[in-house]
Amino acid sequence: MICQECKQRPATMHFTKIINGEKTEFHLCEQCAREHGHMFTFYGNDDFSLNNLLAGLLNFQAPMKEMTANAFPNPDVLQCETCQMTYHQFTQIGRFGCVDCYRTFARYLPPILKRLHSGNTAHSGKIPKRKGGVLHLRKQLAMLKQKLQELVAREEFERAAEVRDQIRSLEDELRRRGEGDM
Amino acid sequence: MSFEKFFNTAVSAWMSQEGPDSDIVLSSRIRLARNIVDFRFPTLFSSEEAMQIITLFERTFAHRSYGGAGRFELLKMSELQPIEKRVLVEKHLISPHLAEDSPFGACLLSENEEISIMINEEDHIRIQCLFPGLQLAEALEAASELDDWIEGYVNYAFDERLGYLTSCPTNVGTGLRASVMMHLPALVLTQQINRIIPAINQLGLVVRGTYGEGSEALGNIFQISNQITLGKSEEDIVADLHTIVQQLIAQERAARQALVKTLGIQLEDKVFRSYGILANCRVIESKEAAQCLSDVRLGIDLGYIKNISRNILNELMILTQPGFLQQYAGGALRPEERDVRRAALIRERLKMEERRKMEGDER
Ligand SMILES: [Zn+2]
Ligand SMILES: [Zn+2]
Repeated sequence: MICQECKQRPATMHFTKIINGEKTEFHLCEQCAREHGHMFTFYGNDDFSLNNLLAGLLNFQAPMKEMTANAFPNPDVLQCETCQMTYHQFTQIGRFGCVDCYRTFARYLPPILKRLHSGNTAHSGKIPKRKGGVLHLRKQLAMLKQKLQELVAREEFERAAEVRDQIRSLEDELRRRGEGDM
Repeated sequence: MSFEKFFNTAVSAWMSQEGPDSDIVLSSRIRLARNIVDFRFPTLFSSEEAMQIITLFERTFAHRSYGGAGRFELLKMSELQPIEKRVLVEKHLISPHLAEDSPFGACLLSENEEISIMINEEDHIRIQCLFPGLQLAEALEAASELDDWIEGYVNYAFDERLGYLTSCPTNVGTGLRASVMMHLPALVLTQQINRIIPAINQLGLVVRGTYGEGSEALGNIFQISNQITLGKSEEDIVADLHTIVQQLIAQERAARQALVKTLGIQLEDKVFRSYGILANCRVIESKEAAQCLSDVRLGIDLGYIKNISRNILNELMILTQPGFLQQYAGGALRPEERDVRRAALIRERLKMEERRKMEGDER
């Protein structure tokens, strides 16, 4: 199959684009796919609704003007240096282009994450082993401090004392490791 | 291919085991989304990056054994036939997205099919563990251990504040999607489900029908999963889902008892009529098959029907999907042909139960 855009190179990327609920297939070579910055949905059937919903959620900033490929580029447009994804593109497809997008778009993310995750903006789950010791200790410390407050509020002073001791030994441990060895 | 041989290769090993609460919970699934630093996400990555990732996984994990799950085999989507890919989707081992739209997709599949690791789907890695019955905590533990093992070889994209960085902001944090498949015929029949689904949604969980179009539940099977991945620990996410599932189990059991009381012989009649259709039909559409299978499964759970294994619903719901029907037929089928094949396959499966029963009686 030949790329439908340049009609020269073989089409290696096959996409489905949903416009007003209408499914259109695209067969492009890699270069054209990237150059034209097509917005593609990568989902299988049962995720269409989620994808539309998500795009709706992300699009709350300002009504987006329909831009053609050759529209005047906006100099203020925020763009990820690593993958070239613009913030505008992100709000349209609802997915990041790379890890660095998170840093590039950081100031716009909290309201989005809050909407998607019931008000939460910070991770409180697993930490990869590789990231290692100090990070684990710090998380554990934060958890224990919260637990201590709860115990004090419930006037469970005996257990609170135990937790306070655990906190102290963790703080000692962190001090021993010099805290900064991330 | 004989039906028995087809059946034995088609049904995953884990599927023929019974898990806790398996009268109502068919399976528990944990999925962890992970990405590798230094590569762009699959939304934008180049074919070179995609190939590098596949090569990395092929070199590191293919043909290696992992615990009791057996050896991993790497399947490249580009090298599979459309029917083969369909079959993997129907078994829930890969997503439709990986099968249809990921030109550089691959999957590491364990021998017992309990573990599948999708590569280059929406994220670089999606670890998936499937367990029979209600075993969310067990599945989480298994997935998390596997996650640690993989992390020994690759560098995950992780942020101290945001957790695991995923291609879609709906997965960031734990990258965890926990889900259970439940058979809820009595809640549907008593129409309580219409009240329950919105309530569950309000708790931050998603309820979907499986295999149905949109959210329509085919065969009264529903999938319930977490929506929030950020701000809660993996254990809390799973515990919250587990609590809701247990409540649903209790409600379904109560509704079943109420139905037995109020309908009595009429319920039994409904069950046996459905059994009669399945055992004798010559043409059957997937929707009718699913409804009849649901009735028969309810009949087994209520003790009306004996000598048929309980797994029959899970097995036949999967085996009567288009991919499996075509694999069984050994080639492409038109929809009308599928309905004929579906009927034949269901009859064969029921005959197999009879043979098993007779062999059991002789012993
Ligand atoms: Zn081209
Ligand atoms: Zn980026």
